[in-house]
Amino acid sequence: MTGTDHPAQQEADPHSVGRRRFLGYVLAAPTLMAAAELVAAPEVRADIPSPEVTELIDLNDVMTVAALPTSGLITVEVNHDGTVSFALPRAEVGQGITTSTAMLIAEELDVPVERVRVTLADARPELLFNQLTGASNTTISTYTPVRVAAAIARSRLLEAAASQLGAPVSKLTLRAGVVTGPSGRSVGIGALSAQAAGVRTQRVAVALKPREEFTVIGKPQGRVDALAAVTGRKKFAMDLAVQDAEPTMVCRPPTINGKVGSVANLGEVRSMPGVTDVVTISTGVAVRAKTFGQCIDAVRALRVSWKPGSAEGKSDETVLAELQAAELPLGLPPLTPSVEGKFTFYFRSNSALETNCAVADVRPGSAEIWSSLKAPIVAKEAIAAKLGLPLGAVTVHVTEGGGSFGRKLFFDAALEAVEISRKIGKPVKLMWHRADDSRQGRAHPMATSRVRIAYLGNTVLSYKQRHTSVATDLSHGLGEIFTALAAKLPVGDIGFSETFFQLSQSMPYNFGANSRLLSETDKSFNTGSMRNVYSPDVTCARELVVDRLAEKMGKDPFEIRRDFLRDDRSRAVLEKVADAGRWGRTMPAGMAQGIAFHSEYHAVSAVLVEIDCRPETVNRPIRNGVAGPRVTRAVVAVDVGLVVNPRGLEAQMMGCVMDGIALTLTSSLHLRDGHFLEASWDNYFYTRQWNTPPELDIIIMPTTTGKPGGAGELGVAASMAAVACAYGRATGTMPTSFPVNHGTLSFAPKPTVPPVPESPTDGLEHVR
Amino acid sequence: MPEHTFRLNGELVTVDVEDDVRLLWVLRDILGVTGPKYGCGINVCKACTSHLNGKAVNPCAVPVSSLRATDEITTIEGLPATVGADLHPMQQAWIDQDVAQCGYCQPGQIMAAVALVRRTVEEGREITEADLDGIRNICRCGTYFRIRDAIRTGAKNM
Repeated sequence: MTGTDHPAQQEADPHSVGRRRFLGYVLAAPTLMAAAELVAAPEVRADIPSPEVTELIDLNDVMTVAALPTSGLITVEVNHDGTVSFALPRAEVGQGITTSTAMLIAEELDVPVERVRVTLADARPELLFNQLTGASNTTISTYTPVRVAAAIARSRLLEAAASQLGAPVSKLTLRAGVVTGPSGRSVGIGALSAQAAGVRTQRVAVALKPREEFTVIGKPQGRVDALAAVTGRKKFAMDLAVQDAEPTMVCRPPTINGKVGSVANLGEVRSMPGVTDVVTISTGVAVRAKTFGQCIDAVRALRVSWKPGSAEGKSDETVLAELQAAELPLGLPPLTPSVEGKFTFYFRSNSALETNCAVADVRPGSAEIWSSLKAPIVAKEAIAAKLGLPLGAVTVHVTEGGGSFGRKLFFDAALEAVEISRKIGKPVKLMWHRADDSRQGRAHPMATSRVRIAYLGNTVLSYKQRHTSVATDLSHGLGEIFTALAAKLPVGDIGFSETFFQLSQSMPYNFGANSRLLSETDKSFNTGSMRNVYSPDVTCARELVVDRLAEKMGKDPFEIRRDFLRDDRSRAVLEKVADAGRWGRTMPAGMAQGIAFHSEYHAVSAVLVEIDCRPETVNRPIRNGVAGPRVTRAVVAVDVGLVVNPRGLEAQMMGCVMDGIALTLTSSLHLRDGHFLEASWDNYFYTRQWNTPPELDIIIMPTTTGKPGGAGELGVAASMAAVACAYGRATGTMPTSFPVNHGTLSFAPKPTVPPVPESPTDGLEHVR
Repeated sequence: MPEHTFRLNGELVTVDVEDDVRLLWVLRDILGVTGPKYGCGINVCKACTSHLNGKAVNPCAVPVSSLRATDEITTIEGLPATVGADLHPMQQAWIDQDVAQCGYCQPGQIMAAVALVRRTVEEGREITEADLDGIRNICRCGTYFRIRDAIRTGAKNM
C-alpha cells in the first residue's frame, strides 16, 4: 500500500511549517505507516537574468522542482517484528543509496540501521519524474521527505507508548527501537506499531532532529547489502527464479543498428540442443534455450543476411570531420594575449559489468518485467504503449543493478525482452552478450572542445568554451522535465541538451565574461549519459588550458586556481589536496603532479595526482592489456555540503578516480566502418588493478552548507582533468586527444559475424 | 542426454546436459547456483571465478564433461564451509573494508583473492604489490583500492 490515492494528498502543502516543522501523513493501515511527499523544494529564483545560469539554479534544482505539483507519497512502515520497511523509488546500482536511506530513517526513528529494510519500489507512475535516478540527485531530493516520514513514525510510536506505559511523551526515551518510561518499563516499537497505526489518514506536522543531535548521519556506515554481496546472495535480474523464464539472447547485426534481412537456417537452429525458440525481432534474431551457453551456440550458428545500420561506413575520422563542421566559432581572436586549446574525446562505453538484461513475462492482457531501471516509469509507459496495454496491466519491478554509469537510464533490454516474450508467448530471461553490450550498447558520444582564455597582466578577461558533440540521447525522462519547466528557467528558448549542458556546467573561476556553448550533431549512434555526462570532457579541456594560462602568467598550477577560484569552499578543497598531496614536491624526470578542480551538484571537489610516464613504467609487460603511464598517487578532497555516509562517499570518490584514470589514459571505443571494434574487457581498457594508484587518499571535508549535495558522479571530472594535467606536465606536452592511447589499437578485433565469440574450452589449463 | 557428476560445495551432483555446455551455465541455469556471475563468457572479466579443488577456475571456460566425479567445485556459496564458519576470513575482510559497491563482481573477486593467498602460502611468501597488480578481475565500480586492502587483511586471517 502506498496511500497515494488518498484524498489527503490533494491538500498537501509541501512547505515546512515554521522552523524545522514539516507536514506529512499517518496513513489508515493495520500497522504504523507514516508518509511524506517526495519533495524537497529549494527556492528557485527565476527572475534574475545572468549568463551564469548555474548560480541561480542547477540541474538538481530542476529535478526537484519538477516534482512539486505531481509528487506521490513515500511511506515508512513499522513492522510487528520491530523492523522498519521503506520502498525507495530509486535504483540502487552500487552508489549506496539503500544504505544512506536506511541511515536517514534510523536517525529520525532511533532504530539501529540493521533494522531498516530498504527495498526498491516498483515503477510508480503517480510519482511522475520523481522516480528518476540520475544526476546524483537521490540524496538531494530525498533527504528531507524520508526523514519527515520517519520522524512522524517516531512521534506516533511515542504517543502510543505514552498510553501503554502510563507516562507523558516528554518522560519517554526511544533508543535502538525500544521506548523506555520513567519507571524503567519498556516496549519495543514492533509491539507499538498496531496501536500507533492510523484509523484514518491524517495530516500531521513534525519537527526534524537538529543536525547537532545526529548520531547516524555523518558517521561512517558499511553497506546494508554487504553481507549479501560477499556471500553471493545478492540477487540481480539474471539471478531471479521467475517461472519458465528461460535464457534468451539475440543474434545482432555486424554494424550499429543493422536490421535483419533474412535468416537462412531458422529451422536448423531451432533443432539445436537446448533451443526452444528462434524468432526474428526488430533488433536481430532472438534465441531462447535451456542455458545461455546453448543460446551463444545458437546465435553463432545463425546465418543471417543483414541490412545496413544507422552509422554505415562511419569511422572515428568521419565523425571527427562532422564534429569540426558543426563547431560553433570562438569569434575573432582577442586583442589581448590569450591561450587556446582544442581537444578531441573519442567514444567511450558506459557498459556495466552486468550487461543489459531483463526478465519479461508477457501474457495476452498483462505484462510483468524485472530489470534494473533508473527511469522505471518511462520504461513502464513505453512498454505499455508497445504492447497496447493499459498502464495498470504492466508491472515493472526494479531489481538491484550490477552497475550503471548512466547505462540503466535506458531500458533497451526490457523493451527487447517484452517484444520477444510477446512474440513467442513465453517468459524470457534476456541477457546481452558482453560483445553486444560493448558494440551495440549505448556509448558516451564523441566530442571536441575548444577553449580560449583572454588575459592581460594578472587579470583574466574572458573565458569561452565551445563543446561539440555527437548527440547525447536524453530521451529517458530528463528531456520531459525540461519541457515542463522550460518557461520557468532563465535560459530562454534553447533545446534540451543545451539546457542540460548549461545547467550542469559552471564556471568556478573569476575569469571575467564567460560563455560555454554546446553544439550537437549526428543522431545515428546509440548514446546516453555516462557518469558525470558532459563534465569530464568539458572540465578536462578547461583545466588543461588553465595550466597553459598559468604558464603564460608565470604562476604555478595550484596558485592560479587558488587565486581565481570564486569561493571559500572551492579554495578549501584545493588547498586541502595541495597540502595532503605535498604539491610542488620534487619528482624524477618523467613523473609529475597534476591538480584540478570541479564543482557540480551543490558540491565541490579537487584532485591531485602523481603520474609516472617513464618508459620502464609505460612499457611494463601486461598480458592482453594496456600498461601505459601509472597514476601512483591520488588525493581527493570533497565537500558535498553535508555528508550522510562518509564511507559511502569515499567509495564513490574512489570509483570516480578509477573512471578518471581510464578516461584520460586507456578507455575508448574505436569506430571503424559502422561498428565499434571493442567486444571484450580485454579490448575496452577500463582501469584494472595494474592501473590502480597504489596510494589513494580521500578527504571528506566537514559539513559546510548543512544540506547534502550530489556525490555519485562528482569526482569523475576533476580526476580525469588532474590525470590529464599531470600527464602534460610529466611529458612536457599538453595532451589534446583522449584517451591518450587511442591512436594505438592495442588488441586484435574480434569478428563481427558471428557477433559473439565462442566460450573457451581450455579453462582447466588455467586453473591456479 | 549425457550425465555428468561432480562435487559442488560439498555435495555430489549429477546433471543431464550436453557435454560442451560450460560449467557456468550448468551452475546458474540448471542448478540455480547464481553466485558466480556472467561478465563476458570468454574468461576475461573473471566475474565467475570459483574454485576447482581449491584453486581458481573460470567456469565459463570449462565444458562440464571435462569434470571428474571426484572434482570439487566450490562457488562463493560454498566458501564459508571450507573453513567451517559462517563467513570465510576473506569475506569478513570484504565486509570490514566495505569493499562492495554494486557487488556484481565481488563473488569472483573474493574467490580469486582466496586462491591467490593460498598460492602465496604454498610458495611460502607474502602477497606482493605485483600479485595485486596481477589480479585480472574487472570491477567497473572501481573498488580496486579497497580490494587490495581487503586481500592484505584477509590473508592475515587465513
